[in-house]
Amino acid sequence: MASVTMTVNGKSVSGDVEGRTLMSDFLRNDLRLTGTHIGCDTSQCGACVIHVNGEAVKSCTMFAVEADGAEVATIEGQANTDGSLNVIQQAFQDHHGLQCGFCTPGMVMSAAALLKDNPKPSEAEVREYLEGNICRCTGYHNIVKAIMAASGQDVPAVAAE
Amino acid sequence: MYAFEIERPSTIADAIKALSEEDAQALGGGQTLIPTLKQRLAMPATLVSLTGIGEMQGVCIGDNGEVCVGGATNHATVAAETAASYPGLSGLAGNIGDPAVRNRGTVGGSLANNDPSACYPAAALGSGATIITNTRQIAADDYFQGMFETALEEGEVITEVRFPVPEKSHYEKFVQPASRFALVGVFVAKYADGVRVAVTGASENGVYRWSEAETALSSDFSKDALDGLTVPADGMIADLHGSSDYRAHLVKVMTGRAVTAAA
Amino acid sequence: MPKDGGIGASTTRREDVRFLTGKGKYTADINTFGQAAATFVRSTVANGVIKSIDTSAAAEMPGVLAIFTGEDFVDVGGNPAGWLINSRDGEPMKEPKRPVLAHGKVRHVGDAYAAVIAETEQQARDAAEEIIADIEELPAIIDMAAALAGDAYVHDEIGTNQCFDWGWIEDNRAATDEAIKNAPHVTTLELINNRLVPNAMEPRASIGTYDAAGDSYLLQTTSQNPHLTRLLISAFVMGIPENKLTVIAPDVGGGFGSKIYHYGEEALVLAAAKKVGRPVKWVADRTESFLTDAHGRDHVTKIELACEKDGTFIAFRTETLANVGAYLSNFSTATPTFLHGTLMAGNYTVPNVYVNLKAVFTNTAPVDAYRGAGRPEATYSIERVIDMAARELNIDPVEIRRKNFIKPDQFPFGTAAGLEYDSGNYDALMDKMEAIVDRKAFEERRKQSEANGKMRGLGINAYVEACGIAPSNLVGVLGSRVGLYDAATVRVNATGNLSVMVGAHSHGQGHETVFPQIVGEMLGIDPQSVDIVHGDTSKIPFGMGTYGSRSLAVCGSAVVRATEKIIAKAKKIAAHMLEASADDLEFTDGQFTVKGTDKSVSFGEVALKAYIPHEFPIEDIEPGLEETAFYDPANFTYPSGAYACEVEVDPETGKVTIERFTACDDFGNVMNPMIVSGQVQGGVVQGIGQALLENTTYDENGQLLSASYMDYVMPRADDLPFIAVDHSDGTPCTHNPLGAKGCGEGGAIGSPPTVVNAVIDALQSGGKNVTHIDMPLTPARVWAAMNNA
Repeated sequence: MASVTMTVNGKSVSGDVEGRTLMSDFLRNDLRLTGTHIGCDTSQCGACVIHVNGEAVKSCTMFAVEADGAEVATIEGQANTDGSLNVIQQAFQDHHGLQCGFCTPGMVMSAAALLKDNPKPSEAEVREYLEGNICRCTGYHNIVKAIMAASGQDVPAVAAE
Repeated sequence: MYAFEIERPSTIADAIKALSEEDAQALGGGQTLIPTLKQRLAMPATLVSLTGIGEMQGVCIGDNGEVCVGGATNHATVAAETAASYPGLSGLAGNIGDPAVRNRGTVGGSLANNDPSACYPAAALGSGATIITNTRQIAADDYFQGMFETALEEGEVITEVRFPVPEKSHYEKFVQPASRFALVGVFVAKYADGVRVAVTGASENGVYRWSEAETALSSDFSKDALDGLTVPADGMIADLHGSSDYRAHLVKVMTGRAVTAAA
Repeated sequence: MPKDGGIGASTTRREDVRFLTGKGKYTADINTFGQAAATFVRSTVANGVIKSIDTSAAAEMPGVLAIFTGEDFVDVGGNPAGWLINSRDGEPMKEPKRPVLAHGKVRHVGDAYAAVIAETEQQARDAAEEIIADIEELPAIIDMAAALAGDAYVHDEIGTNQCFDWGWIEDNRAATDEAIKNAPHVTTLELINNRLVPNAMEPRASIGTYDAAGDSYLLQTTSQNPHLTRLLISAFVMGIPENKLTVIAPDVGGGFGSKIYHYGEEALVLAAAKKVGRPVKWVADRTESFLTDAHGRDHVTKIELACEKDGTFIAFRTETLANVGAYLSNFSTATPTFLHGTLMAGNYTVPNVYVNLKAVFTNTAPVDAYRGAGRPEATYSIERVIDMAARELNIDPVEIRRKNFIKPDQFPFGTAAGLEYDSGNYDALMDKMEAIVDRKAFEERRKQSEANGKMRGLGINAYVEACGIAPSNLVGVLGSRVGLYDAATVRVNATGNLSVMVGAHSHGQGHETVFPQIVGEMLGIDPQSVDIVHGDTSKIPFGMGTYGSRSLAVCGSAVVRATEKIIAKAKKIAAHMLEASADDLEFTDGQFTVKGTDKSVSFGEVALKAYIPHEFPIEDIEPGLEETAFYDPANFTYPSGAYACEVEVDPETGKVTIERFTACDDFGNVMNPMIVSGQVQGGVVQGIGQALLENTTYDENGQLLSASYMDYVMPRADDLPFIAVDHSDGTPCTHNPLGAKGCGEGGAIGSPPTVVNAVIDALQSGGKNVTHIDMPLTPARVWAAMNNA
């Protein structure tokens, strides 16, 4: 067992973990932050995306001890301080960017990472950035729209919609 | 996963020491190793994480103008920091896996694993890079020894990779649509003394140089120079995503596109 | 009342807030004090005899609490098929037992033959590796034709691999054969409806809890239909009385069919919870999902279309082999038959239809309903062969369809495949689609693509499907062993807000938003004052759950009926309060008013009176304001659509790119257009996945080659364009109170042939004589087809 201390959503947290404890398991089981989801075993689906030191990573493909000392952000810390949805979350609701909600935390965290580096992405850039986030419900249509709307851009008009 | 300990040394020396223990294994970004561990296909006693070693991080320009990349540098950093100095390498690094994977996966980890469909081996071989380890320097031509096989000894760590910068280069990748590895990827680099063409994803022996194309392109660096060449399907990978014939065909198509796109 | 939030409003979803903030509560998120973990030991061979299982070493491993093998479940029941199909000769289908854990034989890779319960999941997995099973591997039975011809059986006790040999409609067979024999033109196509893995993003999970004090059980599980799961466990598998078993399906991360069914893991965690006296939790990893979730499709079909030289259809005839896998899953016998054969007339007035379908056992995972369930298979066969016939006869693909469409004035229309379509306007859908596509402009786009070295194609398609399943009387005649009504209880609370308990389960469909829109509209109150309760058998009336695009058409109709009862009773109470006759009251905007006067009471005041029944006509009216309705539909609903897809094909690599996709659907009356658009877009993309990407492949040894996201190609954002949808001005369903048709599956039904038709069009326009490629149209397959042309 090893002791780890890190900052998660602005709060300092500590815990004792095994070497094999994945960051996603530490969040879900030790910290009870179950908004970070596990949808695959091969690092493709992206339901587990969090930010470590400001960078998007797949928390199922990182050990908790590797985050020792890090600044970590999860979906639970994304809302505004008054509890209202942040710009990205609100855009997902406004544009129906989620259905079952399972991939959603990873999508929101990836979107946040994208917009941090690229505040006005094109449609193609949004789609390419989401390469590591799989959604089975939406066909991505409204996810892409939501992210573009969250960036302050006009949402592309789609014929007949 | 089986149980194991993780060590996080901060110097190369400490890492080498830790790796000398029984059943110790190096951990780079973990983007391949961790899924393997989840399947219980590896049983290390200790994982030695290399990502906390400062001297293995970052990108710089060497004395001879080569791009030097620390072995524990992640793909996103390479993509960002070589955009001006070596756009072909930057483009390759910036298209590995997906953004979150690129924030963790490392050049050393990729080259040490030598997955036959990985992108980095094509860049290293196509650039005639030098693989620097804690004990020696290995030319890329000597380093890759077949699928998942390299010249690395037990406990040897890639500390740095030096890429000579070509006049023009490009990596053209036809993605395997599920894994997003290369179904076929071709790295073309035009140097003053000739052209190098490295192919990944295609051969059962892992990354290789397509010498006929190198000869043809060295005298005429254009897509048309490839016209008379054929790529035999013998020894090409065949799987769900493509037959060996298809991969052989793609090698030529991707090479031509890489030449056309080279900048 | 605010019309904004009522029927027809694109109200944003209230459930989104919890999902967007990480507060969703999925089964894997639930942790209970004292819980233990279960893991399953699964066969690595497709077919084998279990000679022995030695659990002694595993039992000594740290943390192990209990180990189960098939031996432990010999005396309990099997997981049954929900639908009895009779063969053409009248023989009932073969129904081998599907045990909780494999016993005697393992029958597919992933078939669980033991389970370990331990303190932690890692300990359970560590111990599972110590179980020593002596399994004698037998040759795998994978190919359907070989399975029927061979003398080795997946289930030895039935002595055949044929589950049934079904004819539909058998009485039409001779006429159809005759029509085809004499037809001026017959187009024949052999095609494969590729096997798919549903891949809800949330893997299955179950938690069993046993309460010794009450001898009662709780199952929290990833289910689309908790009551059905309870019924199956109680009546067939475990014999736990229904009143002693509560099933809760909390937030569920997508289903697409795969979570309709009861699975052995659910029974196991209940048995284990009782044995170890602690809650027992199991969460599948993705590989287990690939190996054990019920798969979809997997038909091999020969279809013939007989027509006049002018393109008038004379007959459709199909012969199909349908894979049911190693065991019958709950709906697996209904899916290829009554959800498939009955649709084989498509949108057309074709007079002769005959379907022959043989269901075949193989050493593969069970196959059952996956989004669309039978209708995509039917639509694909019909619409592909029509496209091929149009090409052979040199008739425009739109025109050949229009020529044979059922016309608006012909509804209700009894088809040659035995269904009565209630409403539709297929020409109007085609008009809309053509207006959006603009075929003249397409020709310009094609030239542009050609200038860029690409081949461009336009594929079009029409579909109709039967959903909103289903009339219990009808399905009973057809072999269903359950009814397919649904139920709702509307509880008006004393302070005027409402709790509505529904039998449907929402796992992405937006029930928590849409059902309040309906109730709010009917009662003239703010929909925000209405909350939906679903997924908990201890709280909701007995409903049949969510699948077959039935939530709105069936359960929504139950909500309407229950709300009507509320209004009727409230009116009586209001009449008493207003000292008027109920007949003299009108109810608008949430107010009961004596006609022609300004005397009124609000719905809220009536609610309060119902629960504080002072000065109340107790002899005539019961206190309280709560009503339940069960709704059993009079017919299926028949949504329809006209789709178009434009693709570019790279002649060098065979890679297909979807450039444009247009979906024009008729879902009758639409409750929430935003949500309906989302359903279509998601469905279309699943269909694009089937057409281009998703390849479920077993090798000859029965190993699943595409058992992870490293090899199974899920559609991703960068594979797709925006999907244009139009579902305005639908023709209302004539038999349910909402006039609504199911909208959940149309996208997945209409899109695969549209995409394939487009690729064939592109190849033909590029001078490649390719008439068909089997799905998925991967670059390698398209390239091979071009080379062989």
